[in-house]
Amino acid sequence: MPKLNMVKAINLALHEEMARDPSVVILGEDVGRVGGVFRVTEGLFEKFGAQRVIDTPVSEAGIVGCAIGMAINGLRPIAEIQFSGFMFNAFHQLNCHAARFRYRSWGHYPVPMVMRAPIGGGIRALEHHNDSEEALYVQSPGLKAVYPSTPAAAHGLLLSAIRDSDPVMYLEPKRVYRAPVEEVPEGGDAWPIGKGRIVRPGKHITLVTWGAMLQETLEAAEKADQELKIACEVIDLLSIVPMDTPLIVESVSRTGRCVIVHEAQAACGVGAEISARLNEQALLRLEAPVARVTGWDIPYPFFAREHGFLPNVPRILKAIDQTMAF
Amino acid sequence: MNAERSPLPPEPRPLAPGAALRLMLLIRRFEEKCAELYSAGKIHGFLHLCIGEEAIAAGVLPLLEPGDAVVSTYREHGHALARGVPAGSVLAEMYGKANGCSRGRGGSMHLFDATRRFLGGNAIVGGGLPLAVGLALADQMQGQPHLTACFFGDGAVAEGEFHESLNLAALWKLPVLLVCENNFYAMGTHIHRHQAQPDIARKADGYGIPAAVVDGMDLKAVEAAAQHAIAAVRSGQGPFLLEARTYRFRAHSMYDPELYRHKAEVEEWKKRDPVALFTAQLRAEQRLTDADREALEASVAEEVAAAVAFAEAGPWEPLADLLKDVHTVEAL
Repeated sequence: MPKLNMVKAINLALHEEMARDPSVVILGEDVGRVGGVFRVTEGLFEKFGAQRVIDTPVSEAGIVGCAIGMAINGLRPIAEIQFSGFMFNAFHQLNCHAARFRYRSWGHYPVPMVMRAPIGGGIRALEHHNDSEEALYVQSPGLKAVYPSTPAAAHGLLLSAIRDSDPVMYLEPKRVYRAPVEEVPEGGDAWPIGKGRIVRPGKHITLVTWGAMLQETLEAAEKADQELKIACEVIDLLSIVPMDTPLIVESVSRTGRCVIVHEAQAACGVGAEISARLNEQALLRLEAPVARVTGWDIPYPFFAREHGFLPNVPRILKAIDQTMAF
Repeated sequence: MNAERSPLPPEPRPLAPGAALRLMLLIRRFEEKCAELYSAGKIHGFLHLCIGEEAIAAGVLPLLEPGDAVVSTYREHGHALARGVPAGSVLAEMYGKANGCSRGRGGSMHLFDATRRFLGGNAIVGGGLPLAVGLALADQMQGQPHLTACFFGDGAVAEGEFHESLNLAALWKLPVLLVCENNFYAMGTHIHRHQAQPDIARKADGYGIPAAVVDGMDLKAVEAAAQHAIAAVRSGQGPFLLEARTYRFRAHSMYDPELYRHKAEVEEWKKRDPVALFTAQLRAEQRLTDADREALEASVAEEVAAAVAFAEAGPWEPLADLLKDVHTVEAL
């Protein structure tokens, strides 16, 4: 089985779905002849042609709005937004129309579209190119949002996103685009949207994370085991909307402790929502307050200082230690 | 995708004069009834009446084919009626009743009818334009002969999405009929205070889109201009922008005290009332008698009364059903 990085895994899924379903089309800035700013759509233009791999102007609201029209008219568009921070230009179309069209029309107009966008920091860029705005998609009822962490997850979740009848934000943690590599089965299965996974079992504390933070969190879990003799259970959330709340509640009900790790700012972030759900559904099992290790509540800092903003192994370890000692 | 186009539909044909007059009367009386029902507390969720602008809906929409798509604005009751959405289901929608065309979820500003490819009003100015581009692109890619008619007001021209959409539609030569209902006011701001270039049709030039300006109060003129515009779009050369200059006789919405315009200006425009104008034209041509007009009024009154009865009798969507259709059930 080939070992692929995330870029190649996403590219494979795009090739497979475009070959399988002629209604799948791609549109976005430089997705065709250039093959995408991160090379994610490489080879698709050559294979499927300009009709199905459409280079667009720099026109985010036009791209997303146009994709809605295509989706309700027989196609399955995949719109690429070059950086998720550029989605703000299209937020009206996304939040007010893509998300709500089905609901508003009482199911007459489902919107089967995918918006792919590289998300998150850690690539030594600057603020708009590092945003982690996933919480906004939770506040847009009607959208789904997936946030894969590894190449195999990226492949499986993209298959599901494209086949889904609803608009799906497909968030690509660009920091781990090219490392690590993982076996990705060609013609492999779709991974269900709405299901997380336990990637490391443990009995003392539950760590919940997603995207690029999975690597940091697993490293912290390994150190906690070796240096502090703390057995961490690590949950990779994979799907932000719908969220696999039962998986988190079940795990925390066993361990009694929880640390949530995400890149996005803390205030009203997805970690805050998870913490609230644990209060509602597992309060009497909790041995300590739910802790969060997150980006700071500031705009994303420039590259020279981003290491302070992003969660890292020492910060995660400290939170684990404090939660265990509570 | 196969880009081969199916055979073109026939030349667009306007309604017979009697039917056109009846349609304008239906829109007028329907809107008057809506205002009454809003004041009576039957309709909530704002209300934007198109009284004074009826000739555009009646002059453009009957010329479209059933397979064409229509994207509208928040002032869209007339468009829905002209597209053939039953008056009862439009009114029930404004009541928020489950027998409304959007089952009571959309209201006045979000009328939908999938069977007539009526893809909604849109509460956000300019919001429908990119959607129309996508509908037309999908039709083009799938070799469908349909066009997409997209209505918008002069206010929408100030939105970025107007320019993004015109660029995309022209760039890809998409079958989009852009119909600007220029009533000279973006809510309360006159076009001379909201547009650096108030000649909207000229903006199409910048995108290489052919355009025409028409007197939106004159049904015959609108029909002729629409015939030309539709034929141009169907020829496969890309979009066409039709600017219909018109006037809204009523306030922007029911809460608008109209501090931004003089009564004399409104009265001046009312002299060119599209319903009266067309009635006079038909009379002058001896194609309409007083009895004909009375019969039309009676038939319209009956239809409006039936719509009210339909809306009144409709049920509310059960509260628990509000959780439905956020997502597709099979996918959960």
